[in-house]
Amino acid sequence: MATKSKTKPLVDPEDAKKALVAKYPAKVGRRRAQQMVAAPGADGDIPEVTSNVRTIPGILSMRGCTYAGCKGVVLGPTRDIVNLVHGPIGCSFYAWLTRRNQTDASAPTAENFMNYAFSTDMQDNDIVFGGEKKLKAAIREAYAIFKPKAIGVFATCPVGLIGDDVHSVAREMKEELGINVFGFSCEGYKGVSQSAGHHIANNGLFKHIIGNDDTNTGGKYRINMLGEYNIGGDAFEIERLFTDCGITLVSSFSGNSTYDQFATSHTADLNVVMCHRSINYVAEMMETKFGIPWIKVNFIGADASAKSLRKIAAYFEDKALMDKVEEVIAREMPEVEKALAEVLPRTTGKTAMLFVGGSRAHHYQELFKELGMTTVAAGYEFAHRDDYEGRKVLPSIKVDADSRNIEELHVEKDPERYRARKSEEDIKRLAAQGLTFKDYEGMIPEMDKNTLIIDDLNEHEAERLIELYKPDIFCAGIKEKYGIQKRGVPLKQLHSYDYGGPYAGFKGAVNFYVEIERMVNSKIWGYVKAPWQENPELSARYAWE
Amino acid sequence: MLLRHTPTEITERSALVINPAKTCQPVGAMYAALGIEGCLPHSHGSQGCCSYHRSALTRHYKEPVMAATSSFTEGSSVFGGQANLLQAINNIFTVYNPDVIAVHTTCLSETIGDDVPQIAEKARQEGKVPAGKYVINASTPSYVGSHVTGFSNMCLGMVKGLAVKTGKKNGKVNIIPGFVEPSDMEEIKRLAAEIGVPITLFPDTSGVLNGPLTGKFRMFPKAGTPVEALKGVGEAIGTLAMGEWASADAARYLDSEFKVPCRVLDLPIGLAATDRFIDALRKIAGVAVPEKIEFERGQLVDMISDQHQYFYGKKVALAGDPDQLIALTEFLVSMDMLPIHIVTGTPGKKFEGRIRELTKDMGRPVNVRGPGDMFLLHQWIKNEPVDLLIGNTYMKYIARDEDIPLVRHGFPILDRVGHSYFPTVGYKGGLRLAEKILSALLDRKDRDSPESSFELTL
Ligand code: SF4
Ligand code: SF4
Repeated sequence: MATKSKTKPLVDPEDAKKALVAKYPAKVGRRRAQQMVAAPGADGDIPEVTSNVRTIPGILSMRGCTYAGCKGVVLGPTRDIVNLVHGPIGCSFYAWLTRRNQTDASAPTAENFMNYAFSTDMQDNDIVFGGEKKLKAAIREAYAIFKPKAIGVFATCPVGLIGDDVHSVAREMKEELGINVFGFSCEGYKGVSQSAGHHIANNGLFKHIIGNDDTNTGGKYRINMLGEYNIGGDAFEIERLFTDCGITLVSSFSGNSTYDQFATSHTADLNVVMCHRSINYVAEMMETKFGIPWIKVNFIGADASAKSLRKIAAYFEDKALMDKVEEVIAREMPEVEKALAEVLPRTTGKTAMLFVGGSRAHHYQELFKELGMTTVAAGYEFAHRDDYEGRKVLPSIKVDADSRNIEELHVEKDPERYRARKSEEDIKRLAAQGLTFKDYEGMIPEMDKNTLIIDDLNEHEAERLIELYKPDIFCAGIKEKYGIQKRGVPLKQLHSYDYGGPYAGFKGAVNFYVEIERMVNSKIWGYVKAPWQENPELSARYAWE
Repeated sequence: MLLRHTPTEITERSALVINPAKTCQPVGAMYAALGIEGCLPHSHGSQGCCSYHRSALTRHYKEPVMAATSSFTEGSSVFGGQANLLQAINNIFTVYNPDVIAVHTTCLSETIGDDVPQIAEKARQEGKVPAGKYVINASTPSYVGSHVTGFSNMCLGMVKGLAVKTGKKNGKVNIIPGFVEPSDMEEIKRLAAEIGVPITLFPDTSGVLNGPLTGKFRMFPKAGTPVEALKGVGEAIGTLAMGEWASADAARYLDSEFKVPCRVLDLPIGLAATDRFIDALRKIAGVAVPEKIEFERGQLVDMISDQHQYFYGKKVALAGDPDQLIALTEFLVSMDMLPIHIVTGTPGKKFEGRIRELTKDMGRPVNVRGPGDMFLLHQWIKNEPVDLLIGNTYMKYIARDEDIPLVRHGFPILDRVGHSYFPTVGYKGGLRLAEKILSALLDRKDRDSPESSFELTL
């Protein structure tokens, strides 16, 4: 197969923007145009990307709801909490195992409720007369059958409207049953996307679980990993690296996690943040209340993984750990390099588009870079400006009516348990050495000049983009997958990984290289046209001899 | 164990549903609406429902599922979603230009009490609906019924929104196929054509949700029931509704409002139910059943009789939708199999009675519950094990824990393909279903036989 040596020339981003919005009613076009910018390149000024704004009705957005962000994303991956959805049946049904969060419940006594869907299955009577009684009964029944440590209650759209108070029910049941019961007001209409649900989930975790148990579970270099949900076993791969380096994972938020991990997580000495969008609130609050600093890491990409391990070692300023980390990296890299050498001739010069989530559209660019591929356009589904432009824009973000609806917890130093893990001088010194805290630079600085950034991409714009750029691969989710593929472009799902993975860490990088090489060079794309379609006019007939 | 916390001992639950054997109305309405040519389904509510429904249908069909949403915010949930829907209608016709927008509601817009027909009328008056285009609707609150109810309500919405009263007769028979696969709809069309009955099948998702890969994406595939045909359903000589739960309401409405007489049949799955379907078509057409169809029937009888020893006495547990379960139960009983645990999540008084009637000569008690859930079904299985499971993909958790083979049937099937291409209705469908059941049983026999009695020929 011929190897392309150079990437196709980039489409002029301004032309692309015009083409993308041309068909919209004028007002819609103006709004959408504000959500599209050209990347300025490494040294350029970072432009403002309008984001975390309302989805336009009737435009086929990729987004989901607040409940999906709260129950589906953040709380879903914890195996030993009974997550009871208060609402009509659907909301619970659709969130039943569909996110592929893996968990290791192999211990003989391990509890695992993740394969169950729990719902109050509200009926019209409950809507008319209120569903609190039914909710209480359901909690009692769940307790009687499963005896869980904790029950989380999730309110879906109609619940808020009819005035059911999941929090007061939760308090009453907590008292009655003597286990932790807590509610989330994560009705789907709150906020503009899943993002509001992340925030609500973060608040709930912080209010109701984090810090409940002061037991120090031991171990050296104690960290929490935040914003890693163990899709396709990513967390298992990262855990493997931590274990080999001697790093102790106190709690994960929330891939492969348990209730007790959350409860003791405030005893850790560092928080490392993978998906900034979905979990930065917990990181911030834990720092304020308990004195645990946080750093941004990224375990997507072999180089990024190495860098992230080094950052953790640098934080602990311990020679033994640094050596161990280098040893692990040195052990892992040969296999990565070997796999890369095999695929590079067939991936170099190809182009990718990534439209997904609140961090993956950024993180996965690392892997494409390693594959010699260019990301020509990218964007998030539900991120905020800081995820595009970096946290330095935080002070200038205007809080609109939709975001104001989401509670901001007021957090203070814990009078007894606050313990600054690093002094201000330490933090400054480490920052000077390149280990920056509370810092995320966002997607834009890493994108090539004149590539395109589009927030909350929709079906129509995806179609235009493909016509204009003819990418070799498109990354998005299940709703986009088959429509894009009908156009002859392979689509890699970056929510579910198309049921593959893991893609995190070193082994994950190898998996991803092989997978992308398979997809962009799959023979089937050569069969889309039947031979006779190439010259449909019948110009000759068989002469039977 | 995947479902390690499911106890054998059964306690009655009054409020908690665990592992549902149903989902919510809009997904059925969305599926039905995709069976209209040139139609974009629209979910009037918050965007999450629409996203979930599109995802569920996509995972089941491995095909693009296009649908729009009103994207309610907190404001719309207080003041109603009229502004959102008007804007959506305008955007949809401007950008995607379908022939029909089929609006279904969600729990939220129902709870608020939005009047969708009135909003659609307002859109029309404001010129947001281009000439010759339609906005139809169905009320689909999920705190009533299930996804099957939603399918039924959208079928009704098609009639209410599109059928025209002309007083004329067009000589055709309406067939409402029920919440079945695109492949099944195709097969129903083929059977009617073989017998020579001109039909309007609505909805018709064949060609929409099992389309080809051509390098070109069509948001509205050239398939589905044409709008013109739907406008004419009131002129039909009769309606055959396949399945009480999914199809009867629209048929009865045509009967009462358009004087189009209807007959409600079981889904034509298995021998006897297909016989009744074919017999009905034959009588409508006033013709003898073509030899070709009798041949297909004979093949199915042949195969079952050849393999009867393997079917005989095998216990089966089933979960699914009422119309499917009724037809499947009758089929299993006709093969001398024993469907002993049967659960649907969809409510409906007649269900348990029908199942008891169909199984009354089996000579043993049967557990049946509607509405029940898969948790209960699993408990029944723990109390009395079975040889085979039939149901959707969620049943595989029970299958693995209890080490019982599973034949996938129903909605959703997330982990296998085939359902959208190969029918289970009609005699050919019966053959496929019987083959799948047999393969599942024999694969198990091959796996479990001791080496000394491992058989070459079965
Ligand atoms: S709220 Fe939406 S997803 Fe939930 S049951 Fe109702 S329609 Fe279905
Ligand atoms: S009802 Fe609300 S919470 Fe449930 S899926 Fe729909 S938008 Fe989300």
